[in-house]
Amino acid sequence: MVKTIASVGLPVDEVLEIKKNRITPDKEVSGRKKRISIVTGVHGDELEGQYVCFELMQRIEAEKEKLTGIVDIYPAMNPLGIDSITRGIPAFDLDMNRLFPGNREGNMTEYIAAKIVEDIKGSSVCIDIHASNIYLTEIPQIRINELHKEKLVPLASKTNVDFIWVHGASTVLESTLAYSLNSHNVPTLVVEMGVGMRITKKYAEQLVDGIFNLMREMGIWQGETKEPRKPIISENPEDVCFLNASTAGIFVPQVKHWERLKKGDTIGHIIDPLRGKVLDTILSPIDGILFTIREYPVVDAGSLIGRLLREEILAK
Amino acid sequence: MRKKTLYEIESLYRDNFRVTSYEFGKGKKSVCILGNIRGNEVQQLYVCSQLVKRFKEMEEAGKIKAGHKIMVVPSANPYSMNIKKRFWPTDNTDINRMFPGYDQGETTQRIAAGIFEEVKKYRYGIQLASFYMPGKFTPHVRMMKTGFEDIELAKEFGMPYVVIRNPRPYDTTTLNYNWQIWETHAFSLYTTTTEHIDKASAVMAIHSVLNFLAKEGIVDYCGHEGYISHVVEDTDMVSVRTRVSGIFESKVEVGEEVLKGQILAETIDPYEGTVKEVLESPVDGIVFFVHDEPLTYAKTAVFKLVVRKE
Repeated sequence: MVKTIASVGLPVDEVLEIKKNRITPDKEVSGRKKRISIVTGVHGDELEGQYVCFELMQRIEAEKEKLTGIVDIYPAMNPLGIDSITRGIPAFDLDMNRLFPGNREGNMTEYIAAKIVEDIKGSSVCIDIHASNIYLTEIPQIRINELHKEKLVPLASKTNVDFIWVHGASTVLESTLAYSLNSHNVPTLVVEMGVGMRITKKYAEQLVDGIFNLMREMGIWQGETKEPRKPIISENPEDVCFLNASTAGIFVPQVKHWERLKKGDTIGHIIDPLRGKVLDTILSPIDGILFTIREYPVVDAGSLIGRLLREEILAK
Repeated sequence: MRKKTLYEIESLYRDNFRVTSYEFGKGKKSVCILGNIRGNEVQQLYVCSQLVKRFKEMEEAGKIKAGHKIMVVPSANPYSMNIKKRFWPTDNTDINRMFPGYDQGETTQRIAAGIFEEVKKYRYGIQLASFYMPGKFTPHVRMMKTGFEDIELAKEFGMPYVVIRNPRPYDTTTLNYNWQIWETHAFSLYTTTTEHIDKASAVMAIHSVLNFLAKEGIVDYCGHEGYISHVVEDTDMVSVRTRVSGIFESKVEVGEEVLKGQILAETIDPYEGTVKEVLESPVDGIVFFVHDEPLTYAKTAVFKLVVRKE
């Protein structure tokens, strides 16, 4: 059942509505039903979650009798952003993921953020699906604030992602949806996968397999599920090696995403089309696997080119 | 006057990105003044340009006291200003969310690190700041409660108000916050406008800075003393919010005294021209902030009022 969880009138003949679809079992289920919330579209340029929502509902509907809990799907937290290809909230130039937990008495954006948190509260688990940004492609991964790792790493391990990245706490991240929900005892997993403005079907299908597996573990789904892949788990900042552009130019990769590399392998070049010169050759500084790679070719000095996970962590 | 390039990076097709500074006087690092960080902060750039002009004249007249160095950085972000974009052109990140910066990090982290390396260790740091909401302010000095703030010092600017507020999570990456953590006395100066030049409040800001520097023994300046600043906590101000969206028509000006029950604004139906909502002042007060765009959203704080106490 589609329900509007927040609405605000816009200046000229339009109402902004945030909607969710609640899927409930057809048959009566004894006891308190568990509930999973699937959230996406906080950033308007991240679309990978759109296909996850669609695919998840298609598969549930095909075997609806196996559903024994509640699935809430929120496909568009920032509908104005999605519609206008804008990462933040248009007109306000604000990153929606820096507004939580919001404020019911605050302005339009704070009010919407507060209504979203209010609606998701009470979920047994929430999955907030992001799609990197338009610059970088990411392997399906879950990012976890170290403050919440005890509760979240076991859940994340069931979601069929390739990588779980436990990162340090940061004051700035306290205004994210995930931080707010985790603080309200809603275990919330942040998925990053694919790239902005695109849909990568195989990643979406991989995650949907994982969501079904998690739902089965939670007692929400009684159907067959696939054994999830065993993720690489990194808790040490030293496990990840960042590659930043040394100069401005056009980045042309020479390797594939998620490729295993040896120290000294060529990752790509930064070229100068005006002079026909190679400005820099980017070599792998370590043995490892490239889990992030730059998608958008134009770089400034400092632009992120990629991230590598060290071979040692892969061996574990 | 010494003009320097504080920080520079090359671009593929644009001219180099340069952050330029102007230094006056010689000696200890006494005060650093910084203009725009966002690309729309034209008023902030203008105020700094006028300060550069004044300091040049004062230096030539021997009015900068011995042993003091003043540095002015009119723009920390000419790239965004030149293309009328608020944030960094390539990735839309905000340099003022990157301090203290990281010289091995991403582009705006590197820029923040490069700037911070040069502007830190000054005794006083003054940023010409802007607010994310579109509107006009009564000129004021704004400070965050970090434990390092010095309210008495802020009053020396002689601005009408000193506003104190609690830091929010994202504030920890701003220039002002990091200045304070690095033991610079940091102040954010707000004038009336951001995207348009308002000469009256720009002049007030220039006098305020010169008053402050004179009181701290950095320059010889004898202008009018300015105001005895009224100190107000951000949370003590009364917000007046729209209940509906539409065309916004303010009936009062920023800085105006208003009475409880006085009509502050009307929200007009954009198709039929009828009044959808009348906003009245809930208190006797002074208009500290007023929304200045023709359209408004519902739930928007279109006024902030300082409550008048008898």
